[in-house]
Amino acid sequence: MKPKVALYWCASCGGCEEAVVDLAEAILDVVNRVDIVFWPVAMDFKREDVEALQDGEIVASFINGGIRLSEHVEMVELLRRKSQLVFAFGACACFGGIPGLANASMRDELLNYVYSEAPTVENPENIRPVPDYKLDGVKLDVPEFLESCKPLDEVIDVDYYIPGCPPSVGVIVDALNALLEGNLPPKGSVLASQKSVCHDCRLNTTKPEKILLKSFKRVWEAKPDPDKCLLAQGFLCLGPVTRGGCGALCINGNMPCTGCFGPLDGIVDYGAKALSFIASIIDSTDEEEIEKILEKIPDPLGLFYRYSLPKSLLDGIRR
Amino acid sequence: MSFEPRIVGIFCNWCAYMAANLAGTARMVYPSALKVIRVMCSGRIDPQFVFWAFRNGADGVLLAGCHPGDCHYMEGNAKCLRRYRLMKKLLPQFGIEAERLRLEWISASEADKLKRVAEEFTEEVRGLGPLSFKGVELGILEEAGKGQARL
Amino acid sequence: MDEETRIGVYICHCGRNIAEKVRIDELLDFAKTLPNVTVVRDYKYMCSDPGQKLIAEDVEEKGINRVVVAACSPTLHENTFRNACRRAGLNPFLFQMANIRELDAWVTESVEDATEKAKAFLRAAVNRVALHEELEVGKTKINPNVLIVGGGIAGISAALVLAEAGVKVYLVEKEPTIGGNMAKFDKTFPTLDCAACILTPKMTAVKAHSNIELLTYSEVEQVEGYVGNFRVRIKKKPRYVKEDLCIGCYECVEDCLFAEPMFPSEFEMEIGKRKPIYIPFPQAVPLVPVIDPNTCMWLTAKKCPQYCREACEPDAIDFNMGEEYADVEVGTIIVATGYKPFDAARIPQYGFGKYENVYTSLQVERMLNSTGPTGGEVLLANGKKPERVAIVHCVGSRDENYNRYCSKVCCMYSIKLARLIKERTGAEVYNFYIDIRAAGKAYEEFYKKAMEEGVYFIRGKVAEVTDIAKSEEEKGKLVVVAEDTLLGRVRRIPVDMVVLSVGLEPQEDVDRIRNMLKLSCSADGWLLERHPKLAPVSTAAEGIFIAGCCQGPKDIPETVAQAEAAAGEALSLIERGEIELEPNISFIRRERCSGCRICIGVCPYGAISFDEEEKVAVINPALCRGCGTCVAACPSKAAQQHLFMDEEIYAEIEGVLL
Repeated sequence: MKPKVALYWCASCGGCEEAVVDLAEAILDVVNRVDIVFWPVAMDFKREDVEALQDGEIVASFINGGIRLSEHVEMVELLRRKSQLVFAFGACACFGGIPGLANASMRDELLNYVYSEAPTVENPENIRPVPDYKLDGVKLDVPEFLESCKPLDEVIDVDYYIPGCPPSVGVIVDALNALLEGNLPPKGSVLASQKSVCHDCRLNTTKPEKILLKSFKRVWEAKPDPDKCLLAQGFLCLGPVTRGGCGALCINGNMPCTGCFGPLDGIVDYGAKALSFIASIIDSTDEEEIEKILEKIPDPLGLFYRYSLPKSLLDGIRR
Repeated sequence: MSFEPRIVGIFCNWCAYMAANLAGTARMVYPSALKVIRVMCSGRIDPQFVFWAFRNGADGVLLAGCHPGDCHYMEGNAKCLRRYRLMKKLLPQFGIEAERLRLEWISASEADKLKRVAEEFTEEVRGLGPLSFKGVELGILEEAGKGQARL
Repeated sequence: MDEETRIGVYICHCGRNIAEKVRIDELLDFAKTLPNVTVVRDYKYMCSDPGQKLIAEDVEEKGINRVVVAACSPTLHENTFRNACRRAGLNPFLFQMANIRELDAWVTESVEDATEKAKAFLRAAVNRVALHEELEVGKTKINPNVLIVGGGIAGISAALVLAEAGVKVYLVEKEPTIGGNMAKFDKTFPTLDCAACILTPKMTAVKAHSNIELLTYSEVEQVEGYVGNFRVRIKKKPRYVKEDLCIGCYECVEDCLFAEPMFPSEFEMEIGKRKPIYIPFPQAVPLVPVIDPNTCMWLTAKKCPQYCREACEPDAIDFNMGEEYADVEVGTIIVATGYKPFDAARIPQYGFGKYENVYTSLQVERMLNSTGPTGGEVLLANGKKPERVAIVHCVGSRDENYNRYCSKVCCMYSIKLARLIKERTGAEVYNFYIDIRAAGKAYEEFYKKAMEEGVYFIRGKVAEVTDIAKSEEEKGKLVVVAEDTLLGRVRRIPVDMVVLSVGLEPQEDVDRIRNMLKLSCSADGWLLERHPKLAPVSTAAEGIFIAGCCQGPKDIPETVAQAEAAAGEALSLIERGEIELEPNISFIRRERCSGCRICIGVCPYGAISFDEEEKVAVINPALCRGCGTCVAACPSKAAQQHLFMDEEIYAEIEGVLL
């Protein structure tokens, strides 16, 4: 009997689903080797189908997206119960991801903005989503918008992490193979490289031995030389602080790494570490000059926590 | 009862920690809110330490190193300064008042400065209130002029 | 399998120092609640032998394998307890100190707060020590050569002690001659023996000693490295006279285009004159002239027949000389850069620079000196002997507007000057003092003797020196105005000459030296010793010692004692041959290193290089000084620092946040 697997999405853009489709021919192989019992984005299964399964009957659930709605919580708790293994799939499930950036604002701020204050919104009656609503005598349930966006492991127990926005084909295939061949590493492992993006980056050899910068460049300011380390050119590339496994995909596309594979093992706060290394290579001891150089980082939170705000030590300190 | 802040000091071994020793020898009383731990150089201070302190209940974090030019390790203090300036930019984005993090240059002989800074900073943090329970205006939407008080 | 962590906690009362502020019983009970703590004890003095033995007993009998001592600052006793652990058969780094004295008992108002703070520090130490690892100490060889910066009496004394012991010494002096300020004095208190008589033989001995390489007119430009292995770059300023050829015959000075000396002599405190080519004083060492590039006609305007060159038989004069650099390697450094006299012009009401008969004490020293500009006579500007002289004490010292400290030597040298002036001129001498500080062997007697000899002492700080006469008697005189605090009234004493007893201040370039050597200074700018009582000539920088007035004002006997102590410290290191290094250096965990090279650029010592084969960064443990800045920068947690591992610091932070 083929192992049963489930795929599910929470607060996500659908990119992770695309990534599965990106497996191309490999997906046929996967489909042959597993029995997909739940994949709302591609197949017509319902929640009841999952509920009908025995606890632990699913061998592995791959869950992408951050947890932002009460529905997400219900679904991942259900999948956890029915699954032997849960894989946090993609940056959002692993660290909160892009939807996690919303944690920089309070829930009410977000709702106010989206339902009334945004310049394109017309909502004179100030209609807001409410969890239950009666329409023509019929009770409707609308999932509740939670206080904050959470990574998957803050809601349920997670066995493995497959990072990336989205995970690249290589890491997905490796993870599936490890699962199917029964050689998964210890629980809690991140199924990607144990070294940073630099390790896999073809431009790493072009890096000078000492990297010290007098100024930073934003990507729209200059056209990078595609054959020279982007960081050495002054572009804020987060390759050094980001887990590898993507094959330096963005850098090969002449874009600096933005950090979607998250931190390496043992880093307790990705953004803090990213901030530390970037600040370390500023080539100035003069306070004013330092401040001037830092003007090129107008939004450190956006830069350093693009994918991992909900995982930051400081996230929610005020909630 | 007034709020007693909790402040973690991360001091370099050669200047600031020496000043703390001297403050002791000179019996200079300063608020016990400040608890100092020692690193060899302010350049060792990883921003993760600062955030770790906040996460674990610190209401303020005081970093202290040698005066510019006096660093025992050439310019570790300048490296600390760079990280500090960037942290100061970042903290408000989390809704944390930048004033809760402070960097001071305190030479080995400046026990009086340590005392003054400890007193000032304790009062400042006391004024800001506990880190975890007070609302503050901020958020990414503030830029659009739509920011609302948190909590 | 890891053996179980068993922590022994030892709480020191430090007599009453800690015990009167921290409730020891409460702290003991608290310690027992902490994880992994198996033994908890307190003791009056943990640093005492019986205190240290407690640790050994518990290692032996209770099987403890981690030690926390809550006592004073690690600066004071960390090594004591590490050694105690070592003797007990425990790796000395499985130890952590909680500083509950300097950081707590001594600085906290209430017993309640101090006890709570002690708990926080104790918990931090217990948290942390559980994560400590066994470490090996590295050793480094001590290069037996010594650098001495400053060729005054301190540098000279230290150099001779070391050279006699067979040690190679590089003695660097920025002036053209060694001797420093002492060479300018006439006689010294309290014995009135002449300064030259006791100093010049030592200067000659320095020059003659085969173990001493004397570099005058030179400055230390750069110092790299660490204890045992300093690399020093010394800049030799051009003297325009070749030292190795010059025979000190003075012919060049005689024959200079300027027939008469007409430029103020630095050595004579500007009351004497010199030529552009000059030897500062007859006993200068080396006895080699120097050409001042600012006054020499050739060097300023290329207009001079160069009579000096013609006169020089050995052909020692070389106008093409430029700056030269000497690179030397030494294992220890003694800083003996001395002091600079307080600039009396900073106190305008004392009239220095305004009235011609107001002199500084050092100027009068030069007058009294038989080789000085007046040939040993104390003379007024008009060439006459003064009949009444006032000596103003504490000029620039014990004064909130200038320096708060006491310059320590001024009372005694003022009394000395008073006696010498009286002896040479027969003048009435008035000393205006705040307090007379004559603490020292035979000093009080020296003071008494001056009083017996009829020197007047008026207790009062001088308000001003003026030439505005208020009476017939004051006409044509300088009037010293002071409140006599014994009589309780203002007195005006008309005199012919005023001597300002200027205090001592840190050298002009002390900050440059300090930054170069990474030394600290006290609030007044004097170099800071490691411990004011127990390590008075050591500094926070291992292998660098301080001697003489660079550490603070002191007289000659004290200076010499310090210099010889510093020489002794250096010798002790040299004799040991090697020194244990703190194991707190950084290292790279290769399996985690991605080869991103961020660490390489931030290392201040160039200790990190890139291994092209393995594509990882490598730290050279011999070059790493253990600042840890690479660790803070390393984005992949590959770099870590022994004794300051990330987890240890996290544990400590959690601990203090009780």
